[in-house]
Amino acid sequence: MTRSRRTPYFLLGPGLLWLLVFFAIPMAFMAYISLNSGSLSEGFEFNWEWQNFSDALTDYGTQFGRTFIYAGVATVLALLIAYPLAYAIAFKGGRWKTALLFVVVAPFFTTYLIRTLAWQTILADEGPFVAFLQGVGLVGQDSEVLDTPGSVILGLTYNFLPFMILPIYASLEAIDGRLVEAAKDLYASSKTAFLRVTLPLSMPGVIAGTLLTFIPAAGDYINADFLGGAGQQMIGNVIQNLYIEQRLYPAAAALSFVLMAVVLVFVLAYIRFAGSEALMGEEEERA
Amino acid sequence: MAWLRRNGIRIYGALAIAYMLIPIVVIAVFSFNDPTGKFNFTWNGFTLEHWENAFSLPALNEAFVTSLVLAALATVVATIFGTLIALALVRYEFRGRGPANILIVLPLATPEVVVGAALLSMFVYFEVARGFSTLLLAHIMFSISFVVIVVRSRLIGFDRSIEEAARDLGAGSFETFRLVTLPLIMPGVLGGALLAFALSLDDFVISNFNSGREETFPLFIFGASQRGIPVEVNVIATMLFVVTVIAMIFVVRQQRRAEALASASVPAGESAPGPGPGALSAGSA
Repeated sequence: MTRSRRTPYFLLGPGLLWLLVFFAIPMAFMAYISLNSGSLSEGFEFNWEWQNFSDALTDYGTQFGRTFIYAGVATVLALLIAYPLAYAIAFKGGRWKTALLFVVVAPFFTTYLIRTLAWQTILADEGPFVAFLQGVGLVGQDSEVLDTPGSVILGLTYNFLPFMILPIYASLEAIDGRLVEAAKDLYASSKTAFLRVTLPLSMPGVIAGTLLTFIPAAGDYINADFLGGAGQQMIGNVIQNLYIEQRLYPAAAALSFVLMAVVLVFVLAYIRFAGSEALMGEEEERA
Repeated sequence: MAWLRRNGIRIYGALAIAYMLIPIVVIAVFSFNDPTGKFNFTWNGFTLEHWENAFSLPALNEAFVTSLVLAALATVVATIFGTLIALALVRYEFRGRGPANILIVLPLATPEVVVGAALLSMFVYFEVARGFSTLLLAHIMFSISFVVIVVRSRLIGFDRSIEEAARDLGAGSFETFRLVTLPLIMPGVLGGALLAFALSLDDFVISNFNSGREETFPLFIFGASQRGIPVEVNVIATMLFVVTVIAMIFVVRQQRRAEALASASVPAGESAPGPGPGALSAGSA
C-alpha cells in the first residue's frame, strides 16, 4: 500500500481543528476570565484574581455539596435500576432483545425538557401520584412531592438512565456464556457464578455507565429548575444564573472550573482503571 | 416462591421499563387534553383540536424550523468531520494519537454547562454577537465526538480483505472507498448522523448559553415553561417521537442488511447466512 504518511493528518485535520477552536481554546478563555476582577459595568481586568475561586467555594459550598449528593444518589439509583434490567434483556430477552433495547432508549426520542415537564405533571400536587401516596398513607394529606430533593433526584435518575443501561447491556451481552457454564460445572452456585464471573466481567460497563450518568447529572440545572424549588438549586443553576442573568463572568467561570475539576478527577480515576480509549467503546479488548 | 425467584428479574425488568415509558405516555395523552387555564397539568377533557392546529403558533413554528435547519446543518458537517477522524484513528498509525484521543473524549467528559459557559466566555471576549451562527458552531462541536465513537466501532469490525479484493479487481483507491468501504460503513455513518441530529435537536444547555436572541425548539419550551406550555408542544413532541421510532427501525434494518453483506466475506468452509459471494459484485464495477 502506498499511502502518504500525511494522510491521517488530513483526515484528522478539520474535525480536530474544530474541537481545538471551539472546545479547547474556549476552555482557556474561561480560565483566563476566571482570574479577572471587576464587573460588566466597570469592565474586567486580568490580575490573577484567585479570590474568585475561594469566593466560589465559600459562597456556593452548599450548592456544590447538594449537587454531588443529588448526582451521586441519582447515579446509584440508576445503577440499581439499570443492572437488573440490562441483565434481564441480555440473558432473558430472547428474540425480544432488540425491541426491548428500543424501549430502553425511547426516552431519548422525546425532547429532554418535555419529558422533565411530564414528571412535573405526574408529580404535581393535584396529580394522581400524590393522590395515590396520600391514599396509602405514605405522605401526609398536605405534603407535596414536587419541590423536594426526592423529585429532583427522581428526574435526574430518569433522564440519564439510558446512559447507564446501554454500556452495562453491551458488556453483559459480550460475556461468553460458556464461562458461566464452566463455573457451574465446577460446582459454583448461581449466586457464586454471578458474583465471581458475570459481575467482574461486566465491570467496564458499570464504570462507563456510572461516569456517563454522573457527569451530565452533576452539571444539570433543568431538573432542579422544573422539579425543585428554591431549596434544591444545584451548581448548574448557579452557573447559569451568574453567566446569563447576572453576567458575573469571572465568578461564574471560576465555579465552572471547580465543577469541571471535580468531574475530571472522576474521569481520570476511571481512565487509570480502564485505559484511555475506554470511554470510546470496548471493541478493541474484545477483538 | 420458586416461581418468584425464577421470574423476579423479569418482573423487575418490566417495572423498570414501565418507569421509562410513563412520562412518554403522559406527554402523548396530554396532547389530547383540553386544558381550562394556560397550564396543561390536569386532565380536563379529550379534544383533537391541538392536533388539527398543531402548527398554529407562529413563535413555536419558527423555533421548530430553526431547530430542524440547525440540526440538519450541524449533522452534515459533524458527520463528515467525525467519519474522517474515525477513519484516521482506526486505519493509520500516526504520532499524536494520545492527544487526539484526549481532544475527542474531553468534550464528552465535561458537563454541558461548562462547555456552554466556556464557549460563551470566548464569544464575550471577542465580542462575537450570539445568534444562529454561534449555535451552529457549538452544535457541530459537541456532535463530532459522538459521530467518531459510532463510526469507529463500525470500522473496527471491518474486514479489510474485501477492499483488497476490490483492488485486485482493478479498482483505484478512491473507487474502492466509494464503491466498497463507504457502502459497508454506511450504517455506522448513518447511525452517527442520526445521533448527531437527535443531540442537536434536543440540546438545551449549550444553546441556552450561546443563542443570543435566536430561539430553538427546546429554548422555546424553556421560555414557555414559566407562563404555561401550549398543548401544541405536546403534539409536536409526540410527532417527533413517532418519526424517531420509524427512523430508528430503518437504521436497524440497514445495519442488519450490511451485516449480512459483510458476513458474506467469511472464508470458504464457514457457512455464512445472507447473500453469497455475489454481494461483492457491487464493488467490481
